[in-house]
Amino acid sequence: MEKTAIIETHNLTKRYGTMVAVDELSFTIKEGEIFGFLGPNGSGKTTTLLMLLGLTEATSGTASIAGFNPTKEAIKVKRIVGYIQENIGFYDDMNGVENLRFIARLNGITDTVSTPKITEALERVGLKDDVEKKVAAFSRGMRQRLAIAEILIKEPKIAFLDEPTLGLDPEGTTLIIDYIKALSREHNITILLSSHDLKQVQRIADRIGIMIHGKLIAEGPIEKLAHEKLGVEDTEISLDDLYMKYFQEVTS
Amino acid sequence: MNGIKAIVRKELADHFSSYRFIILFALIAMVSLITTYMVGMGLKEELSGVAKPKFVFLMLFTSTGPLFSLVQFVAFFGPLIGLVLGFDSINRERSAGTLSKLASQPIYRDAIINGKFLSGVITITIMLASILLVVSGLGLALIGVVPGVEELWRMVIYLIISIFYIAFWLGMSILFSILFRGIATSALATLAIWIFFSFFVPMGASVVANSVVPGDTSENPEMLMKRMRVQRAVSLISPMQLYNDSTGIIIDPMRKTTRSLVLMGPLERLSSARFERPLALSQSIYVVIPHMISLIAITFICFGVSYAVFMKQEIRSA
Repeated sequence: MEKTAIIETHNLTKRYGTMVAVDELSFTIKEGEIFGFLGPNGSGKTTTLLMLLGLTEATSGTASIAGFNPTKEAIKVKRIVGYIQENIGFYDDMNGVENLRFIARLNGITDTVSTPKITEALERVGLKDDVEKKVAAFSRGMRQRLAIAEILIKEPKIAFLDEPTLGLDPEGTTLIIDYIKALSREHNITILLSSHDLKQVQRIADRIGIMIHGKLIAEGPIEKLAHEKLGVEDTEISLDDLYMKYFQEVTS
Repeated sequence: MNGIKAIVRKELADHFSSYRFIILFALIAMVSLITTYMVGMGLKEELSGVAKPKFVFLMLFTSTGPLFSLVQFVAFFGPLIGLVLGFDSINRERSAGTLSKLASQPIYRDAIINGKFLSGVITITIMLASILLVVSGLGLALIGVVPGVEELWRMVIYLIISIFYIAFWLGMSILFSILFRGIATSALATLAIWIFFSFFVPMGASVVANSVVPGDTSENPEMLMKRMRVQRAVSLISPMQLYNDSTGIIIDPMRKTTRSLVLMGPLERLSSARFERPLALSQSIYVVIPHMISLIAITFICFGVSYAVFMKQEIRSA
């Protein structure tokens, strides 16, 4: 069954002065996919996400999110895209429920609709017992889980997750990755996941893209890339090796 | 519209539950009540056994008492309310990472800054109105005079001008919170501007006037007038001066001009003595309408600049 493309970019470029942050990026993500977005820090992944979300204007090139132009139809794009940013912003002086309710209101969800949803979402991510706590008292892992709950309430078509497992212990990482998998499988949300945790990405990503110095140097299913690049078969693939191979090629 | 409503609701909740607001409100309420009490007691003593003059109720606000009048207090302290409400409104969100979260929700970007400004103005309005009412109540009990319709109107206009005045400082502090990433930096910058306009502009005005119109003026009234004019023109740069002039005339019907020094010939003096009656409200407004319009205009300009800067600024996480 051929799925339709939900994110498409064509020669998407972002320059800051003379610095090229994103260089003629062209790729496609299909509906329901989990796309692993890999690359070293400062390679332009976050900038790409911001452009796709309409928070930053592209210098040139085009992008289309479910048929909408992120620059001109930013509101429509933001309505269907959930975004977890790298440093997950929540209001420290409010508790989890208040934070989620505020986000729900911003999305035009009335309190009567959002209240049962919030309870359900907090239960789903295992924060049921911490509803009274202010977010300031949350651990990093709890904040990440609250961010997942936010996605559950917003119910977007697409979720951009920028380093959702950053700074988590292995257990917490596995938990978040499982939630992300559930978002994709149970709620049919297309996921664009940027991460450095290659093992976890390998576990859930349908396809990956490797971005270095603003350029997308490889894109496709892990098995296919590994076969081409390393000449190995399914059983012994290591995404770490694959990634390092690409990285060394570009930097040398 | 959902966005701005949600933001205003949240901001109001933040303001009213924050310690800084409670402290500020308590301080202002306390000083106002003490001032009113002292002024009221003074008035009561002065007025015992004498026919009560017209507009005695407004004297509650204008009489200086042992310290300062309520009007002077608001002129001096009001800016602090605006500054305290706004100096970290944007940069705090930026450093907490909530600004890009807000911006990634399906709301127009201006809803963020409009919501912040609007909730600040609502807070200021509630604060001033409640203090004015409490003070009036206390005054009513102390001097036992019910304010007339005109006095009420004058108080309403005074309230509106005061809201704009404090909103100007709110806009200024929001602007600084957009321009400066550091919360401490924006706090210091807003304080510096406040001190500059409140203390240095009046001082600078006389320095400028003396250098523009040099020489001894004791002999030459023409020169003196000229110097005063220059001084006034320069000091009108300060929003505090604009505010003082407009509220001074509005709240005190006996004042007929914003000038502090009036030179009159003998005939003029005679005619003015003959018409020593309070100005009608419409005439009071007429005297200071340029001041009021300027004050409202700079408030809008200040907010407009913040708006423009904010809309152009790149919102990035980190």
